[in-house]
Amino acid sequence: MSKQLWISALLAMLLAACASKPIEEPKAPVAEASSSQPAEPMMDNSADTSGAGDADMSGKAMLDPRKDPNNILYTRSVFFDYNKDEVKAEYRPLVEAHAKYLVEHPEAKLILQGNTDDRGSREFNLALGQRRSVAVKNVMNVLGASDRQIETVSYGEEKQRCAEQTESCWAQNRRADIVYEGE
Amino acid sequence: MLRILLLLSLLLPVGANAALDIEIIGGAAQQIPIAVLPFNHPLKRDDLSQVISADLYRSGLFRLIETGGVATLPRELAEVKYPEWTALQAQGLVIGKVEPSAGGRLKVSFRLLDVLKQNQMAAFEYDITPGQLRQTAHKIADVIYQKFTGEPGVFATRISYVLKNGPRYTLVVADADGYGPQPVLSSTEPIISPTWAPDGTKLAYVSFEKKKPIIYVQSLTSGQRTVLANYKGNNSAPAWSPDSQRLAIVLTQGANSQISIINADGTGLQKLSRSQTIDTEPQWSSDGKWIYFSSDRGGSPQIYRMSPLGGEPQRVTFEGGYNVSPRLSPDGKQLAFIRRDGGKFQIATQDLANHQVQVLSDSTNDESPSFAPNGRLIIYATKVNGKGVLSVVSSDGKVRQRLSESGDVREPAWGPAVN
Repeated sequence: MSKQLWISALLAMLLAACASKPIEEPKAPVAEASSSQPAEPMMDNSADTSGAGDADMSGKAMLDPRKDPNNILYTRSVFFDYNKDEVKAEYRPLVEAHAKYLVEHPEAKLILQGNTDDRGSREFNLALGQRRSVAVKNVMNVLGASDRQIETVSYGEEKQRCAEQTESCWAQNRRADIVYEGE
Repeated sequence: MLRILLLLSLLLPVGANAALDIEIIGGAAQQIPIAVLPFNHPLKRDDLSQVISADLYRSGLFRLIETGGVATLPRELAEVKYPEWTALQAQGLVIGKVEPSAGGRLKVSFRLLDVLKQNQMAAFEYDITPGQLRQTAHKIADVIYQKFTGEPGVFATRISYVLKNGPRYTLVVADADGYGPQPVLSSTEPIISPTWAPDGTKLAYVSFEKKKPIIYVQSLTSGQRTVLANYKGNNSAPAWSPDSQRLAIVLTQGANSQISIINADGTGLQKLSRSQTIDTEPQWSSDGKWIYFSSDRGGSPQIYRMSPLGGEPQRVTFEGGYNVSPRLSPDGKQLAFIRRDGGKFQIATQDLANHQVQVLSDSTNDESPSFAPNGRLIIYATKVNGKGVLSVVSSDGKVRQRLSESGDVREPAWGPAVN
C-alpha cells in the first residue's frame, strides 16, 4: 500500500470535508517559499481560483490536478546543474505539463522562483537564480503559456531547502520552484 | 606566514556587553610591547585602559605588558620612572586619567610615552559625556596605533552585518569590536548586501520583505528609509559612489542582471552595462574612475572593470574559474575578492599593479569581503561548523580574528572612518 495513495485518499476526504478552505499539503513541495504571499499586484488576487474553488462549484470533491500526488502537476521543482541554467531534458515533461495547464486555464497564474546552492557570492547567486526562473519561463512560453500568466523572481541562495554542505544537499537547492497564485 | 593558532582567551573583559565574541588567530611576527595603565575614572565603569588594551591586542601588532608587579602605577608624567618600564621591556607606555568636568561631563587626558627614547609621542585631552567613554578609548587606541604604525587606526569605526536567528533577519550596526549592537531593520525575509554611504550617515541594502529583492536607503541618524529601486524583477547589489551622491545598482532585464547608475534619491536611472550575461556586484574605485563588477561574459564568473561613463569592460582576474565579489582597497592598489579553488571558496587579494594573487584564509565558505577604511584589515563572512561567523584578516594575511554571535552572522560591511 503506497503512502502516496493513502495521502491522496486523505486529501480527498479533507477536500470533501472543508472544500472552501485552503488545503494544507502533507508533503509541501515548496517548504519555505510556499508560505510566501507573492509580491506583485498581479499575484495579490483575492479571487480564489484554486482547486478548492473547483470543488465548491461542482459540488463534489474534484481533486485539483495540481494537488493530486499522482499527477505530474503536483511536482513543482526543476533542478539544475552547478552554475548552470539549462532546463535539463528530464524536467521537460514537467515544465511542459505546467505550460499546458496554463494554456488550458488562461486565468491561472504562477510564479517561478529561482534558487541556488549557498556556495559563493550571494549577489551572483541572486543573478543565477533569476536566469533559472527565466529559463523555465522560456520553455513555458514556447509551449504557448502567456507572459501575463508567469512571473519570474529569484531568491538566490536565501531559501535553502537543505542546509548541509553535501552535493546531494546542494543539488536540492539548485532549483526553480513553480508556485501557483493562491498557494 | 605565521600560524600560531593560539586561540587566546583574552584576560580582558572585552566580551562583556559585546554581542560578538572575539577570537584572535595568529599575530604579527614583530609585536610592539606596550603597557597601558589604568585611567581610574570617577564613574567606576570599565576602565578605558581595558578597552584600549583590547583594541591594540586585537590588531595582532601589539603585545600587552603585565603591570601587576609594579608597585605604584603612574597617572601623571612626573610620576613615570622610565627604568621600571625598561626593565619590563616595554617600548610604549600609556598613562591617563578621567576627571569630572563641568555639567556632568568628563575630562579624559592621556599620554603615549616612548620608553626607549624617554619622551612623549602624543598627548591628548577630550571633554566628553559619560556615554562617549568607549568611543574615546577607541580614539586613543587609534592615536597609539597611528604613532607606532604610521597608519590610521580603525578602532573607532563601526561595522554592519546581518544576523539570522531562527526565521528572523536583523540588520545590525555595531562598533568595530562588536560592542553596542543596534538593530537597523528586522524582518522575517532575507536582508542582503548592506553597504555604507562613504559619508557614514546612511546604509543601502536589499530586503526581500515584499517577497522580491528591493533596494532601500536608510538614514542611521533618523532611521527614516526610502525605496531606492523597485523595478520589475530583481533590484540588488547597491554600491555608493565615492561622493555618496549616486549608486551603482543591479536590475534584471529578463534573465540577465545588468548594472545601472541611479541618484541617491532614486531619480535619474541610467543603464550602464549592456551584455547578454550576468553583470553584478558593482563597486566604485575610490577615485571614482572605475566600476569593478563580476560577470560570466567570458563563460566563467570573473571580475571586470568599466568606466562609470560606459565603454568596453576590461577583464581583471584571470586565475581560476570563479572569481566574484570584487572590493577595492581605499588606496585603489589591491582588489579583495572571493575565489573558488578546488571546491573551496576563499578570500583572496590581487595586487592590481603586478596581478599577484594571495589567498588570505584557510576556510572553505568565505563570502562578502569588506575593507576597513585604513585598508589594513578585511572583514568577511565564513562558516565554522555550519554556522555563519565573521572573520577579520589583515590584508597581509598574518592576523585573523573571528567574531561570532548566537545566530548566523553574515553580510558584513565596514563603515567609513569617522572624525
